Amino acid sequence: MQKTLRKYFPLFVLPTLIAFAVVFLIPFLMGIYLSFTEFTTVTNSRWVGLQNYVTAFTTNREFLNALWFTVKFAAVSVVSINVIGFLMASLLTRGIRGTNVFRTVFFLPNLIGGIVLGWIWQMIFNGILYHYEMTLTYSPSFGFWGLVILMNWQMIGYMMIIYIAGIQAIPGELYDAADVDGAGPWQKLTRVTLPMVMPSITICTFLTLTNSFKLFDQNLALTAGAPSKKTAMLALDIYNTFYGRNGWEGVGQAKAVVFFLLVALLAFLQLRITRRREVDQ
Amino acid sequence: MKKLFSLLLALMLASSMLGALAEAPVEIYFLNFKPEIATVYEEIAKAYEAATGVKVNVMTAASGTYEQTLRSEVAKADAPTIFQINGPVGLTSWKDYCLDLSGTAFYEMLSDKSLAVKDGDKVCGIPYVVEGYGIIYNNAIMNKYFASANKATAFTSMDEVNNFAALKLVVEDMTALKDELGIQGVFASTSMAAGEQWRWQTHLLNLPLFYEFSDMGGDTVLSGLAANEIGFTYGENYKNIFDLYTNNSVTAKGLLSNKTVNDSMAEFALGQCAMVQNGNWGASQILGVAGNTVANEDIKFMPIYTGVEGEETQGLCIGTENYLCINSQVSPEKQQASIDFLVWLYSSEEGKAYVKNDLMFLAPFNTFEDDEKPEDPLSKEVLRWMEKEGVNSVQWTFAAFPSEEFKNYVGDALLEYLQGSMDWEGVHQVVVDSWKSERAL
Repeated sequence: MQKTLRKYFPLFVLPTLIAFAVVFLIPFLMGIYLSFTEFTTVTNSRWVGLQNYVTAFTTNREFLNALWFTVKFAAVSVVSINVIGFLMASLLTRGIRGTNVFRTVFFLPNLIGGIVLGWIWQMIFNGILYHYEMTLTYSPSFGFWGLVILMNWQMIGYMMIIYIAGIQAIPGELYDAADVDGAGPWQKLTRVTLPMVMPSITICTFLTLTNSFKLFDQNLALTAGAPSKKTAMLALDIYNTFYGRNGWEGVGQAKAVVFFLLVALLAFLQLRITRRREVDQ
Repeated sequence: MKKLFSLLLALMLASSMLGALAEAPVEIYFLNFKPEIATVYEEIAKAYEAATGVKVNVMTAASGTYEQTLRSEVAKADAPTIFQINGPVGLTSWKDYCLDLSGTAFYEMLSDKSLAVKDGDKVCGIPYVVEGYGIIYNNAIMNKYFASANKATAFTSMDEVNNFAALKLVVEDMTALKDELGIQGVFASTSMAAGEQWRWQTHLLNLPLFYEFSDMGGDTVLSGLAANEIGFTYGENYKNIFDLYTNNSVTAKGLLSNKTVNDSMAEFALGQCAMVQNGNWGASQILGVAGNTVANEDIKFMPIYTGVEGEETQGLCIGTENYLCINSQVSPEKQQASIDFLVWLYSSEEGKAYVKNDLMFLAPFNTFEDDEKPEDPLSKEVLRWMEKEGVNSVQWTFAAFPSEEFKNYVGDALLEYLQGSMDWEGVHQVVVDSWKSERAL
């Protein structure tokens, strides 16, 4: 059995490997190559070395502004999504009536696409601001908090489900033992629950962190960067660079490579830090 | 390493090219710029094939993607034989692909030879449609105002409103009487939604820069293309009219970032406002709105006055952004077939009928008689202003604007100005700075 498996392994893995290569690996490598060239069509490129990278950072401050905006956004939303998601999860694991209904309702927003969500929330926010003769573009902070609210609404349900799974996997004896030792609710939370759901925290922070950095649809639909690109996040800035100017495709590509390295590095660091705190059950 | 990648890239494309290898008879490939009339071109292609047996393939680039589409199509084996450029700026990137059209029957038809875009003596592009924009007004509402007993001005008809000072008096008085006139504001919403700002950052901005470059003498587009920096010396004039639009608008300033061009045109069509700045292409947007209350004969044009000295002789902004070019890289047979097709379209009875009735173009060719011009009210108005004695049309100087991003920066600044987060000094600075930085790129 083992031997046959090993014999046919390449054959079975081939379709996936081809698909992976065609839709991911080849475009990815092409993308890295193209970031060092000037091109308008992908088959017709001219090597320019590091010029695109220099242009991306020095011509204007748009990329750096987008980076700073994204970092602020990620910091706020990672904390708020995880804290609220965890609170919801602990509420909904106490056997309250209608738990399943609540879980479903909170999870639902996650099933709607980003563009649609962005439009819906844009209408909601503008509907409220209408009474003050303003719109979302009035100030960059409107756009910022709008995005935070939107992302919370969308992601909390998903994180909540993961935390619920984590909490339900904690053996009840641990709490019994804590009771015997005279632990209060706060001690039970910090000494039992949190260490035990650490794997869920790893997953959830990873998902929220990378999603916050990669956010595009919601950003495009909610503010499209207005006013004056002050609410444009990294992905939107890359998109605008690539499609907004003729001859700047290479610069957009260079920004995308920097973006990839940044997200990969952050995700790697975050995984290492939270992994270290996980305990063996 | 580089070679390996090129090979890889080439291989990926090769599969898509296999289909093009078979030898085909002479076919015309027309890459169309205007998505709104794509279906008309397909009908014309069919009619031409029926009449002459030559097949015309029409492909239309999606809105805003013409340049990208052209770039990728030209790289193919079956390249477009007829394509478009937007004027002198487009010419710089495409002149290697433009066939010299001087001496061809198509160029001979052009009524005003100065309209063509040239590279030295080489005729590269021929305009096929002339368009004009200004302030569209609803004459019924204006007459109601002029007849009003409560009006505070002495004007009795729109003919007397021939400069900014007069326009401002009338507009502000109309705002005071808006309940009596049954309007919500004099001007339609100044649409500032993303992608809907072109009427302000392109068309309206044309006026101050037209005057600035006129002061330098010579052709304003050429002066503009040569200008590495601008002073935006007529900025105050821009502010004049822009403030007039937004202070007397249907919509409060803070809410304008939500408005689209369609919204503005609908407001005009429904009689909620008396004026809107747009071009003759907007006729269908007015006439096509359900519940349209504006009669054809009440739709009129007036020039955009901004308070420049001597503007009483200023006309509408007339020009074109659409030039047809023949691809010089395809076979001579295909080039000739393409020229024949264009000559047929703009000179044969059948072709001209399409141009007039379906494309609704104001075509600048001497093959069109007076009774063969389009009949929508705004095109007629454009013609009226072009032929008016003692009036000079304003050139489309925006063909010289450095880039699309320049316009976007200006649009962003205007929005911030409306929302109060930037003063006019700031807008002025953005216009000057972004012209300089975008030109330098």
